[in-house]
Amino acid sequence: MELIGLMFLALIFLMPLGANIYGRTRIRKLMITSAQTQSEESVKQHSLTAFHGLFMSMYVLLPALVIILCWLAFAPMVISSLLVSEISRLTGETDPRLLSIFVSKLEALYEGVLKAEFVEPEVRQALGYYGALIIRANIFLYVVTIATAIAGFVISARHISPRFAARDKVEVIIKRLMQLASGVAILTTIGIILSLAFEASRFFDVIPIREFLFGTHWSPQIAIREGQAGGSGAFGAIPLFAGTLMITFIAMLLAVPIGLMSAVYLSEYASKRLRNIAKPAIELLAGIPTVVYGFFAALFVAPFLRNNGSVIGLELSSESALAAGLVMGIMIIPFISSLSDDVINSVPQNLRDGASALGATQAETITQVILPAALPGIVSAILLAISRAIGETMIVVMAAGVAANLTANPFESVTTVTVQIVMLLVGDQEFDSAKTLAAFALGLVLFFVTLMLNILALYIVRKYKEQYD
Amino acid sequence: MTDQATQTAQSKHLKKRYRAEKRFKFFGLAAICSAAGILLVLLGGLTQMSIPAFTHHYVTLDIAIPETIIQAEQVTDLAAMRKVNWRGMVRQSLRNEFPEVTDRRGKRAIGNLLSGGAGDALRDKVLIDPTIIGSTVAVALPLSDDVDLLLKDLIDRSLPEENRVISDRELTFIDHLEAADRIDRRIAWFLFTSGDSREAEMAGLRSAAVGTLLTMLVTLLFSFPLGVMAAIYLEEIAPKNRLTDLIEVNINNLAAVPSIVFGLLGLAVFINFFHLPRSAPLVGGMVLALMTLPTIIIATRAALAAVPPSIREAALGVGASPIQVIFHHVLPLAMPGILTGTIIGLAQAAGETAPLLMIGMMAFIVDTPMWIDDKATVLPAQIYMWANNPERAFQAKTAAGIICLMVFLLLMNALAIYLRKKYEKRW
Repeated sequence: MELIGLMFLALIFLMPLGANIYGRTRIRKLMITSAQTQSEESVKQHSLTAFHGLFMSMYVLLPALVIILCWLAFAPMVISSLLVSEISRLTGETDPRLLSIFVSKLEALYEGVLKAEFVEPEVRQALGYYGALIIRANIFLYVVTIATAIAGFVISARHISPRFAARDKVEVIIKRLMQLASGVAILTTIGIILSLAFEASRFFDVIPIREFLFGTHWSPQIAIREGQAGGSGAFGAIPLFAGTLMITFIAMLLAVPIGLMSAVYLSEYASKRLRNIAKPAIELLAGIPTVVYGFFAALFVAPFLRNNGSVIGLELSSESALAAGLVMGIMIIPFISSLSDDVINSVPQNLRDGASALGATQAETITQVILPAALPGIVSAILLAISRAIGETMIVVMAAGVAANLTANPFESVTTVTVQIVMLLVGDQEFDSAKTLAAFALGLVLFFVTLMLNILALYIVRKYKEQYD
Repeated sequence: MTDQATQTAQSKHLKKRYRAEKRFKFFGLAAICSAAGILLVLLGGLTQMSIPAFTHHYVTLDIAIPETIIQAEQVTDLAAMRKVNWRGMVRQSLRNEFPEVTDRRGKRAIGNLLSGGAGDALRDKVLIDPTIIGSTVAVALPLSDDVDLLLKDLIDRSLPEENRVISDRELTFIDHLEAADRIDRRIAWFLFTSGDSREAEMAGLRSAAVGTLLTMLVTLLFSFPLGVMAAIYLEEIAPKNRLTDLIEVNINNLAAVPSIVFGLLGLAVFINFFHLPRSAPLVGGMVLALMTLPTIIIATRAALAAVPPSIREAALGVGASPIQVIFHHVLPLAMPGILTGTIIGLAQAAGETAPLLMIGMMAFIVDTPMWIDDKATVLPAQIYMWANNPERAFQAKTAAGIICLMVFLLLMNALAIYLRKKYEKRW
């Protein structure tokens, strides 16, 4: 089976190559014969030989690729639905949850990950059916793909003639492909909105949207068995929003002054040498993966704060909002500084010269002329930074708390939206429980808020940006 | 008011202004210094913390490998090799060092000085050189992580026994071995050559590194062609209309969508709707490709826009079609910039963790993944899992993993900078 798969893969690449060679040879032959027969006025070849070859290989390859992609996307779905009906026939089971467990067991058994004795005998009976199904699906793929490729070959071969505008055709196809590629961006956005909205709407069927947005109690543990301790599950997200805002606020408190001041210093005061060293150093901060910041927060900053806090008599929780917020602020510094740097540099020099001519000191020039002129850009940079802080995950997962805690005290532990998404989805869960669906509702809120912040940032720049010259 | 008074007031005011100037400048310098200081503390702290993980303590023992347990020609036979109690053999040979210990508890304590993977060290030695069967050979066996920490002075000997992971009796064993010069410190190659493990002294980065490479491969295959094609279309071909406007706004927005949302998309669409395999580099790579796409598109557009129009006009002038102009002239000239943007985008993707947690690439993976639909994990996720491990020895290990990841990312970025510097053209 493996070997056949590899051969098929090789064929997919060889067929267009063959078609290419065929197309080139054919047009060459046609030209020779036409030159022999019509010796008076020779027929002009419309497109270069290479385009005829390219035209044929595109006709062979592209439809086949479309089929393979469709198969990859839909075959697992079809196979598992067929399998579900077969297992349900064998076991007489109708509960979709149990059936999906059976299917994954059978798949594990087929791959040899699971031993046979862990699988119910009725389910084991479907093993042969499953194997046959997979083989049938593969054969279907091979036959249909190769048939399409051959059809593409035959159709495109008919077109080859000296007068045929192969180049125009090829260029149209290339343009269409490029259009499709740029459509992927839209598709992604649509995909995000649809998938989040769909799962979230299923969540809101169970939990009313008002309870989710305005409830103040969050404890997503739902009893799987009846009478289990740990309760009913409460999905009031206000503590998460409050925690997210607090950590973001702390981060901004650190990042905005440092980021802004270093941008000002680097663009207005610093010598070229200092700029050449300091700018890459700050950008290095931006290149550090967030998981590293998380580790840093949990192992260096949090213990440091706790120890020093107890010296001056402060009770700090080991997962305090302060530690997570400060480290997130460090992460945001390069973001703010590089964006503000661009904005400050784009303020025209004659404003500076004008202020100097009036006798302003450099600091006065900066605070009273340059920063006001750059203000829209700086505000939008800060908004983008806030949006990034809200969506940041690893730092808070590793350094902030898990338990929802509605407090205004930055020394206590709080949790955030992203932490809860991770907690709800990591580990084995079934996909239909309110608990997992809650993650998508949180994701929807997150997406919406960050989107609004980004649009607002864009709007501020467009509306208030000073136009010079 | 006299002139004198005005002058003093003025000079006072001027002094005040100059003080403000100095203060302002000082704040700027302080901001830069604090950013640089933070960077130094972060890198320095992590490096210092990681150092112990790059070495490990080994005890060298003479072990007799009798032919009765295995024949030289059986070495390639996996089943026969698995039957041999390598673990028992190495434990027994360590016990032989302490003939005076006869009680069961003491014997077990001696055995526990060795790493759980010590047997594998012997097995591998036999596998490499089957001729040693039937003779006695000196084998370096890894010690357990607690013993290793003790020998690196990371466990305080002066603590009372009940607060120490190593008992007094074990201490005497260790001291005895050290006095006999049996213990030495070696470079911990297993950090790079073995997969993940529950035991800190056997856990390595290999499976995660391969997982990262496979994931990056998928990301590159998806995002590079799509991104470059989209950028060419938007920059060179597309008419200015509302649709292209919409696409551009979309791309800019996607660049700012939190990474975890992409993880949710991957979970809902790729895994739950299309039933693609969980925890696989295929899905992880696709999710990261969607995230990287905006970066590549923006970088490619900038590179294309930097190619001067005279090149296009000259090509059009000698009869090239617009597509030929792009593919024969503009694209090759823009390639260094495109590659730089792609590498930077990939480096970002390689450091990403959150979306991969969503699609289950955080599994405990011992075996090296072979292909893009095998279960796998990636370096950042491995770091996250180690960071969550309460065992003491995993702390240094996590820091070591971080250093490896950062060196990898730094190399990628250095490559990007090199490409930019080497092929950068000023028109």
